[in-house]
Amino acid sequence: MASTEVMVPLLLTLRVAGWATVFATAFGVLVAYAVARSRFPGRDLLDAAMTLPMVMPPTVLGYYILVLVGRRGPIGAWLDSTFGITLIFTWQGAVIASAIVAFPLVYKAAATAFEGVDPQYEQAARVLGKSEWAVFLRVTLPLAWPGILAGAMLAFARAMGEFGATLMVAGSIPGKTQTLSIAVYEAVQAGKDDVANFLVIVTSVVCITILVASGKLLKPRYAG
Amino acid sequence: MRIEVSIRKTLRSKGREFHLEVEFTCQDDVSVVFGASGSGKSATLRAIAGLDRPDSGRIVVDGRVLFDSARGIDVPARMRSVGYVFQDYALFPHLTVEENVALPVNPWWRRRPAREVAKRVQDLLDIFEIGSLAQSYPWQISGGQRQRVGLARTLIRKPAILLLDEPFAALDPLLRIRMRQELLNTQWLFKVPMLVITHDPQDVAALAENLVVLRKGRVERTVDLKGPPYRDEKGIPVRGVIRRLLMDTSVDSNGTPVSIPLRAMR
Repeated sequence: MASTEVMVPLLLTLRVAGWATVFATAFGVLVAYAVARSRFPGRDLLDAAMTLPMVMPPTVLGYYILVLVGRRGPIGAWLDSTFGITLIFTWQGAVIASAIVAFPLVYKAAATAFEGVDPQYEQAARVLGKSEWAVFLRVTLPLAWPGILAGAMLAFARAMGEFGATLMVAGSIPGKTQTLSIAVYEAVQAGKDDVANFLVIVTSVVCITILVASGKLLKPRYAG
Repeated sequence: MRIEVSIRKTLRSKGREFHLEVEFTCQDDVSVVFGASGSGKSATLRAIAGLDRPDSGRIVVDGRVLFDSARGIDVPARMRSVGYVFQDYALFPHLTVEENVALPVNPWWRRRPAREVAKRVQDLLDIFEIGSLAQSYPWQISGGQRQRVGLARTLIRKPAILLLDEPFAALDPLLRIRMRQELLNTQWLFKVPMLVITHDPQDVAALAENLVVLRKGRVERTVDLKGPPYRDEKGIPVRGVIRRLLMDTSVDSNGTPVSIPLRAMR
């Protein structure tokens, strides 16, 4: 068993899942804050739409992404003509697919975390003269942080295991877009049981570690 | 130092309506708004601080118009220069005592006290005798110490007025007596006028120079308590009324009414 058969997809997976988590967390926190702290018509609808990637089959999601960022899709065509960028069959495309699939996990966790922040702390900071930006950065975000971090870790675990949407958008190019979960599938198809076993164990260990860590983060702090 | 409050607001919750229509003026070091729960005293205090917006009216503190519905003025809470001490002090649980006190004067990107404010923070902690707790978190310190942190945090910006929401309700009864005296010392030391809301007649007795009695969202009467004879806004002597007010609602552990000497009579 060549170590490249494990290391290459592992490193690629960590890179894809890492970036996907960064994007999913950034957008998840922003949207969750907006939804949690404002009242506007269609708020419930937006909340449902943001949760949609969690319940939709990944292949359906992948198809939507293809339609949008594919070479003939509205976003894809614009990216191609303006910057000469193609996302389909690249690891960046895999990042987009994983980020969208993992997004609801951060979004839901962040929304719950923001709702759990006692508005009195924000009011206290306002009366103490802090701007809305300072209130968010110094009070709301730190108080919601454990919940957000737990959501981000779940998103990372989900992004690591992403298969359907990634395969649709980025394909399975060894060394380029073939992530762990896709490599497992290919190894089993090719009858390379030893490679498959090892990949499965690596993936399981990483996922279990993340779940245990995020469970610890969700335990209440500041008890006293 | 003069506070003018004249506000109207209709509050709705669970199908019930509550009409707040409060009007009073005070210009003493310590004014107390007294009323039962649900009399609208919290809503009044929140309106002065800018946390809630009245439907209409006018709020003037020290000649500065903070709210005037007729002229479309509504100064945001953060620019009102009004100190607000919450009932349970609302200390930030993720920040140490020192970081709590530094927050109002710290730039937004700093959590630890910035160099230019560190001295002020330290001096204030020393004044309130909580310097040794600088690195403690709010849940690690006692109720009285929390109140001191809350006061220090509010006073670091030198507010024009200090609003206190039931400042002693979160403390045990024995501690209340001491903290009332501490609050008067703080008032004297910082020369900051205070507006205290309470449902505890003992707070009225210990603190008030000027009393506003709220009842069902309206001002029932205002009384000048600076020296006898105590008269209400119509000039009618009300000494007996204040005594009765205190007697009615303050009872000792056996349920016997207790009369408390008024601050001005000491």
